[in-house]
Amino acid sequence: MHPAEAHLHATTRRTFLGQTGLGFGALALSQLLARAAPGVAGGLATHHAPRAKRVIYLHMVGAPSQLDLFDPKPALAPLDGQPCPDSFIRGKRFAFLRGHPTIAASRYAFSRHGRSGAEISELLPHLAGVADEIAIVRSLHTDEFNHAPAQLMLHTGFGRPGRPGAGSWITYGLGSENADLPAYVVLQSGPLAGAGTQLWSSGFLPSVHQGVQFRTSGEPVLFLENPRHVRREDRRQVLDAIGALNQAHLADVGDPEIATRIAQYELAFRMQTAVPELMDLSRESPATLELYGAEPGRASFANNCLLARRLVERGVRLVQLYDADWDHHNNLATRLPAKCRDVDRGMAALIRDLRQRGLLDDTLVIWGGEFGRTPMAQTDTGAGVATKPGRDHHKEAFTMWLAGGGVKPGLSYGLTDELGYGIARDPVHIHDLNATLLHLLGLDHERLTFRYQGRDYRLTDVHGHVVRGLLA
Amino acid sequence: MISRPLRRVVLLWSLAAVARGAEPAIDFGRDIQPILAQRCYDCHGLESPRAGLHLTSRRQALAGGRSGLPALVPGSAEQSELYQRIRSPHADEAMPPKGDRVPAAEIALLRRWIDAGAEWPEGLRHWAYVAPVRPAVPSETRPGSGHVNPIDAFVSARRAAAGLPPAPDAGRAAWLRRVSFDLIGLPPTLPELDAFLADRAPDAYERVVDRLLASPHYGERWARPWLDLARYADSHGFQRDDLRESWPFRDWVVRAMNADLPFDQFTIQQVAGDLLPGADPQVNPDPFIATGFHRAAPTNVEAGTDQEEGRINQVFDRVNTTGTVWLGSTLECAQCHDHKYDPFTQRDYYRFFAFFNQTEQETAFATAKATANLAFTGPFLPLPDAATEARRAAGEGRLRQLDAEIAALAAPGRAEGPRSPETAPAAPDSRLAALRKARLKASQELARIEGPRTLVMREVAEPRMTSVLKRGSFLDPGERVEPGTPEVLPALAPATGRPNRLDLARWLVARDNPLVARVTVNRWWQEFFGTGLVRTPEDFGIKGEPPTHPELLDWLAVEFMEGGWSMKRIHRLIALSATYRQSSRVTPELLARDAENRLLARGPRFRLEAEAIRDQALAVAGLLSPKLGGPPVRPYQPPGLWEAKVGGDRVTYEVSVGEDAHRRGLYTVWKRASPYPSFLNFDAATRAACTVRRSRSNTPLQALTLLNDPVYVEAAAALAARLVREPPAADVAARVRHGFRLCVSREPSPAEAAVLAALHARQLAAHGDEQVAWQAVASALLNLDETITKN
Repeated sequence: MHPAEAHLHATTRRTFLGQTGLGFGALALSQLLARAAPGVAGGLATHHAPRAKRVIYLHMVGAPSQLDLFDPKPALAPLDGQPCPDSFIRGKRFAFLRGHPTIAASRYAFSRHGRSGAEISELLPHLAGVADEIAIVRSLHTDEFNHAPAQLMLHTGFGRPGRPGAGSWITYGLGSENADLPAYVVLQSGPLAGAGTQLWSSGFLPSVHQGVQFRTSGEPVLFLENPRHVRREDRRQVLDAIGALNQAHLADVGDPEIATRIAQYELAFRMQTAVPELMDLSRESPATLELYGAEPGRASFANNCLLARRLVERGVRLVQLYDADWDHHNNLATRLPAKCRDVDRGMAALIRDLRQRGLLDDTLVIWGGEFGRTPMAQTDTGAGVATKPGRDHHKEAFTMWLAGGGVKPGLSYGLTDELGYGIARDPVHIHDLNATLLHLLGLDHERLTFRYQGRDYRLTDVHGHVVRGLLA
Repeated sequence: MISRPLRRVVLLWSLAAVARGAEPAIDFGRDIQPILAQRCYDCHGLESPRAGLHLTSRRQALAGGRSGLPALVPGSAEQSELYQRIRSPHADEAMPPKGDRVPAAEIALLRRWIDAGAEWPEGLRHWAYVAPVRPAVPSETRPGSGHVNPIDAFVSARRAAAGLPPAPDAGRAAWLRRVSFDLIGLPPTLPELDAFLADRAPDAYERVVDRLLASPHYGERWARPWLDLARYADSHGFQRDDLRESWPFRDWVVRAMNADLPFDQFTIQQVAGDLLPGADPQVNPDPFIATGFHRAAPTNVEAGTDQEEGRINQVFDRVNTTGTVWLGSTLECAQCHDHKYDPFTQRDYYRFFAFFNQTEQETAFATAKATANLAFTGPFLPLPDAATEARRAAGEGRLRQLDAEIAALAAPGRAEGPRSPETAPAAPDSRLAALRKARLKASQELARIEGPRTLVMREVAEPRMTSVLKRGSFLDPGERVEPGTPEVLPALAPATGRPNRLDLARWLVARDNPLVARVTVNRWWQEFFGTGLVRTPEDFGIKGEPPTHPELLDWLAVEFMEGGWSMKRIHRLIALSATYRQSSRVTPELLARDAENRLLARGPRFRLEAEAIRDQALAVAGLLSPKLGGPPVRPYQPPGLWEAKVGGDRVTYEVSVGEDAHRRGLYTVWKRASPYPSFLNFDAATRAACTVRRSRSNTPLQALTLLNDPVYVEAAAALAARLVREPPAADVAARVRHGFRLCVSREPSPAEAAVLAALHARQLAAHGDEQVAWQAVASALLNLDETITKN
């Protein structure tokens, strides 16, 4: 063992708490040791036996229309173009709809797929092919109906910025399984609308828990690459000098934080090769590239799906994919099919690929947006200009799907009312979803807490129930 | 996880007790109540407690819960249900039922307390709600203990009780670097270092501290934590994260701190400067600019947002931030229901809310027809600015000149009086048409000249009614309330009329407010020593951690108030104390004994904050611009970061040129949805909400930032050039020594010098270029743990 590591083991356990200045739990300490001391497996300190070890979160930014993809409502057809029932608007608030909007039936055909007979729209033919692997939850609801607050609500459990997201909570609780890569990685396709980097900020958790964005153009991680004039052996020489001087200083002043720093410099050096290797899709077989519709060197959701598999394969705990442009207030008839073509093949391939590699059983895949869309048409921009129809934001009922990681496959969970406006059975609030997510990872959402500004915070605030019906 | 801080304090007390060879008397408020709060109140401190058992008063504990068994039998721990349950080995009756078991040290304290009669003073107030009185300074315990001021007397009494000796003096160089970072956020220059090392006058330390306190960079250094509290940023936050102008507030904070504006005035101006009698922004805009503190709350202008919901969320933010910053209290816990632990009711919360519920709406629908698009409407305060005035004057001059030319052309020979050039009959002359066109253009340009402005608080003409919001929902108002302060704290001074924000501001800094001075000096202590005397600077309530040095905290608080609320005075005391001068070296024994240095048996050692790390690199490289204030700057960052997000104005990140590329981090533009990445990697606050303490993490991304972020590459190149250029003796050893002293303010040991000399030699052999070889050395120096640490 490297002398710095030995020192780290000897002293960090006792002193780490003092260095962070935060009320920190044993869970996170194990992570620090795992991260700081290369080669040490992430100390899993779960509350109960986990069903999932890692998560791939596919967030369709802007919020896709559940009524055109997953939640068929034939009862809307005869009402198409007619004023919506008064009950839809009385005492309700919408982002853009004003006056008395009209009903908009879906123009897409739904059919049943797989042995489970899950109903999926014609816009998602590839996903329909893995219908028996996924659990469709049609009864999600949230508290916020604007993008940034609703995205924050979904990820951090609170509609205003400043709190850590589920990804940070999970790495705080579980640590990392890979000594050469960050525990929490974010991939993005298209320019995002909404809360931006606040979605993967570690909030009040130490910044070691923030999501690290891997970029598909330019440097894959900010500041990963050496400056042009610096070769890898030059860097090694500089690191050796830094290491020797830090080592001498550690011996002189005895602060174990220095040992951690020595280890972090070594991890940084390894990341410089591990990350580019990871991002290089040209090593994948033509068959795999074909399955995903991925093309090495391109920035796309399909590429990101394949990268997500490569990341979880290497033990990255949490991978979030943000895909842009799902906010279809207008021109839904052209924009929604185009977006579905962007994502359908890649996400279905991800499920198949994880399955075929034996990773799906302990990898949880989640797909959805920050809210749903109205059964009523939106026909102007909100600034008084008429547009081809789309749908407004809808927080009362929407759909997400989950797969793998201890979720019951082939399940259709929850029911909306006849017109798809509200929930008729088995509502699942965002807090319930997050409680379930943590539960699948072996974490009790009521016990995964962090004391900050005088309060023990949780991802689920003071709410949330594990949705038992979703568990395999 | 809750238990750790408390356990440490209890452990410290028991350590102290052992060292004194006798058990100290139990003090309920200090020793017992925190245990009950921490271990029991989650279930037995609520309105409807578990099993009907209240443990918040002696009477209720004696009565017991629904079981009928008394929780307490004074004089007999063995017969007390409370004692039996916390030490029970049986899972079905052990308390607390979930989480950590109560540690032995606490069980022992409870036993002694119950056996001694379970004294529980009636109506006991939590220590933090009782105004501090100046405690006697402990008398000198032993000769030659090196006390410089009362801080040392308090610290050494506590330390001696625990049987720990003080650490040796850190040495002049280490102290100078430490105090320079603490007071101005920059390392000492080599002339400053040499002068101090040579200065053997008895007041050498004092003169250094006074020089630093008088430096204009003092305000820059101390504005940083204050701006974290103020959640100051240069953009709205949320989806439409447009840039906004409030940097004059940032500059006001720097100026106020440099001028040592007494903290009571500093407070009043920020909370209610707009309401001060006789305040007139034309005469003195400062108290108005100061109200930018609460205008820094994020604003949601995403299309389709409910305006009233957005406004209420901002008021919540202002109430909660005020509670955290001045009262060290978690008022927000009373937003939806009465506070579970501290004596704040939901009604208290909304009475406090009523003070802040009276400012203008900050958003408006863009047009009457556009029912969903919100505009950010201020209120703004335009600021006088010489450059703008000059541009306006020049524009007006140009107009006058054009008018004269037009008049001359349009009405030749007519002298009976001026005629508006606009209404003059059209001359056939094409020259006249050209002049008119030029005039139109010039007048449009003049109208477009905008001077600096800033965001201010402005009271609405017609006061809003405030109601308790049930479960915190603005759609569910309940009982009407009038503005007022929490019942548990001293009453508001009688006002003529309805109390307003100004009355609140004055109440905050009244001499009998028990919290403000303690909370403030405690945060400063945290900046100097890494941890506050109260380790939970944001929570002085029952669930917060009790102070390690209660008398010192009170002494400092009273000294602060009675010393005219002078911040510099307190900083001077701390910086000159022997406690602060100690070496930060630590032995494994001391680490085991007091890992967190709560007993202050050594000096502070922790990583510098994000801004200071960058400022230092630029300073030692000779690149740092000393320019103070002004609009935010945009130092280099990797391209495409701002563009990766849509919503709101499209703003391309244009990298600042000239000295603005190398300004102090304080001036870097703070876009909430896309902050400057290297600051984020070093735990800068996100400025989304009030932050009392930043975390201090240690990650590989920090290594990558210091090695590869172009600003550090540039700094290494400039430092290398300096190493080649400056030392008079152009030999490797002199250059290594020069670099070492620049970065860590001390001489390298021979072994350390040899490491860097060897790096230089290998790099020179590989590249045959002195600049390249020294740049490798410079980069190594900028990356040392010691360099990025206050040692």
